[in-house]
Amino acid sequence: MQALKKILLGEQGLVVIFALAFVIVSLFVPNFLTERNMLGLLQSVVTIGIVACTMMFCLASRDFDLSVGSIVAFSGMVAVMASNATGSILLGLLAAIACGAVVGFINGVVIAWFRINALITTLATMQIVRGFALISSDGRAVGINDPAFYDLALSRFLGVPTPVWVMGIFFVIFGFVLNRTVFGKNTLAIGGNPEASRLAGVNVVTMRIWIFALQGLVCGVAGILLASRITSGQPNAATGLELSVISACVLGGVSLAGGRAAMTGVIVGVLIMGIAENVMNLLNIQAFYQYVVRGIILLIAVLLDNLRVSAAVRGRR
Amino acid sequence: MADFLEFNGISKGYPGVQALSGVSFGVARGAVHGLMGENGAGKSTLIRLLSGDQQADQGEIRIDGKVQAYTSVRDAFDAGVIVIHQELQLVSELTVAENLWLGRFPATAGTLDRKRLLSEVGEKLRDFGIDVSPSAKIASLSIGERQMVEIAKAVMLDARVIALDEPTSSLSSKESEILFSLIARLKARGTVILYVSHRLDEIFRLCDSMTVLRDGKLAAHHPDISQITRDQVISEMVGREISNVWGYQARELGQVRLKVESLSGDRLAQPISFEVRAGEILGFFGLIGAGRSEMTRLLYGADVRRAGQVTIDGKTVPADSPPAAIRAGLVLCPEDRKHDGIVQGRSVEENISISARRLFSPLGLIRPKKEAELADRFIARLKIRTPSRQQDIVNLSGGNQQKVILGRWLAEEGVKVLVIDEPTRGIDVGAKSEIYALLYDLAATGMAIVVISSELPEVMGITDRIQVMCGGRVTREFQRADYDERTILAAAFPDATKGAA
Repeated sequence: MQALKKILLGEQGLVVIFALAFVIVSLFVPNFLTERNMLGLLQSVVTIGIVACTMMFCLASRDFDLSVGSIVAFSGMVAVMASNATGSILLGLLAAIACGAVVGFINGVVIAWFRINALITTLATMQIVRGFALISSDGRAVGINDPAFYDLALSRFLGVPTPVWVMGIFFVIFGFVLNRTVFGKNTLAIGGNPEASRLAGVNVVTMRIWIFALQGLVCGVAGILLASRITSGQPNAATGLELSVISACVLGGVSLAGGRAAMTGVIVGVLIMGIAENVMNLLNIQAFYQYVVRGIILLIAVLLDNLRVSAAVRGRR
Repeated sequence: MADFLEFNGISKGYPGVQALSGVSFGVARGAVHGLMGENGAGKSTLIRLLSGDQQADQGEIRIDGKVQAYTSVRDAFDAGVIVIHQELQLVSELTVAENLWLGRFPATAGTLDRKRLLSEVGEKLRDFGIDVSPSAKIASLSIGERQMVEIAKAVMLDARVIALDEPTSSLSSKESEILFSLIARLKARGTVILYVSHRLDEIFRLCDSMTVLRDGKLAAHHPDISQITRDQVISEMVGREISNVWGYQARELGQVRLKVESLSGDRLAQPISFEVRAGEILGFFGLIGAGRSEMTRLLYGADVRRAGQVTIDGKTVPADSPPAAIRAGLVLCPEDRKHDGIVQGRSVEENISISARRLFSPLGLIRPKKEAELADRFIARLKIRTPSRQQDIVNLSGGNQQKVILGRWLAEEGVKVLVIDEPTRGIDVGAKSEIYALLYDLAATGMAIVVISSELPEVMGITDRIQVMCGGRVTREFQRADYDERTILAAAFPDATKGAA
């Protein structure tokens, strides 16, 4: 029992749980372990996975961002509308990414500069930006004029869809940034002890603004890929994304109290979310039940986080 | 010779307080300079200005003749000024090496240079005889080791001026010795050290010169510390003579009030039994980690008791909850006042009535008049210095916060046993003797008092009897008549236990 506890709450606990779940699901769920389903599964977690990369930084620095779902929808709209208006996909993409980054930057300035609680600030921008998405399209989906836009999501490289590649590259980049760069270490330091970091000469305010701006920018990328996959700009896309993303991060061992995060954990967290949904689809479980399951997974994740922290505290004494 | 570090006419005001007014003094190159003063005298403010965290309203700081106009902690670093704060400023989830580099990681194009990160730190730590691994996480280090890491940080930065704010407040005497030898090495390199402490022994042992602040003004400056006496410094600090800080008086002891039998918990090596009589002040002394605070928490029901019985006047105190202990008449003034004692952000009044209000609020309704009355009564009785009972408690000095917590328990009325952990940690001399006097008064009314302290002079000065703890067990007991600094200290060291057992 003690040994089991140690494994489950330790550094690699999540990977163990994931491996077990994967084996069990492969054995008992028909059609799960097929190339087609695996690729589909990966494709289904692209949005969550990409946004989770930067959400990890947000949480690690003791912050919080609820506006990601709205930014994804809004930047998707911008990508489509700007491409249609200018006739250039590239301009559309740049516009979308810029819009995302601007919203994130505003979040960061309000939170870090004016010291407004992140929960409240992003709750506000979440609604404002969703409003922009609806206003700009009058509440309707906007179709894509240039079919080349679809290729972003449909094209494949070595048999694997481009968005999955993008997600993989993001995982690598942000894993590197977290562990091997000054930016990453400062992020963890701020979350671990903001006052100490400030007194050590880390510019905490600028760092936090950067983290939010980066979060917005990455949401822009996710929004573009999502729009391409659903072949239109949808103002109601990605509702509830923020909760899935935060669930995935917390499930991946990112501490809500800040200071603790690992890219591998987040990847596993994202995959667990994806597998849960994928399996429920394969087993023809009604969509309504999926909400319940998602909620339960989030609860378990938070409880695990709590256990892990108290285990760590006990170990220290 | 001109002084290396100079403060010229420094003034700093906060809303409602003039923290510093026109303070000027200098420190020579390679000197260890003591900075003393009661809480609220302006030491912390001066340190804050030096650290670059805040800026003076008037006056200038000069280093090596050059005026320092820095406006951030970062600028101060670059000028070679490092302040090591009382509450250690380390990030516990990062490693030793990462903490040492925090704020200026070695990197090319943002990518960490991991080799340099570890190797340079390892070298510096070895150079200074600091025995910690650069790749260890801070969370895994003891408080003493963390302090060493803080100092190593200053060394890493080739600091020209290092200010240490109460560096030994949480160190064991062995760890303090390591710190002192570090300071000697830094001094030999010509570093100026500004040493802030309440402990006169340390100041006299380490410092070449010293400055005393009082009420934000320069009270005295002594360029040569060998020319002055302790009593002189104390009277300069408080502005009046204090002949005997402890003021101990013998008391009549009554019946056994508190009886503890085989108290055991996860972090105690052996069950602990002892008795305290009415009117008696029993001291527990031990080094950090000796198990004193663990014992206290078990007694109060803050941690789970594995076995054992605690009785007050023959009545059993329930094992598992602080509220039950309070109802039984046992109260605790905790060690970490800021964290476990005061309710930050709430008024003095609320901090006093937080527990006792249940006595006059049977339906759970607050009775503002009663609470105000209660607060005013204890503010007057305990001489709590606060502008009003509505003042936020965080704005009070340490001594006054401790008085508020005492007031909180005295308001209970039925208190029979008072347990007070580190009664005067971070409290200045003047307020110290007031708190001791209060303890004697309470003991004289028949209360049984248990004092836990890591300051031997304090334990010896105010108690009737001492139990010495080491490694989670009680190693020896001393009666007041037999108090001897060396034997008590010997009983507190791990080696002595082995000899005895």
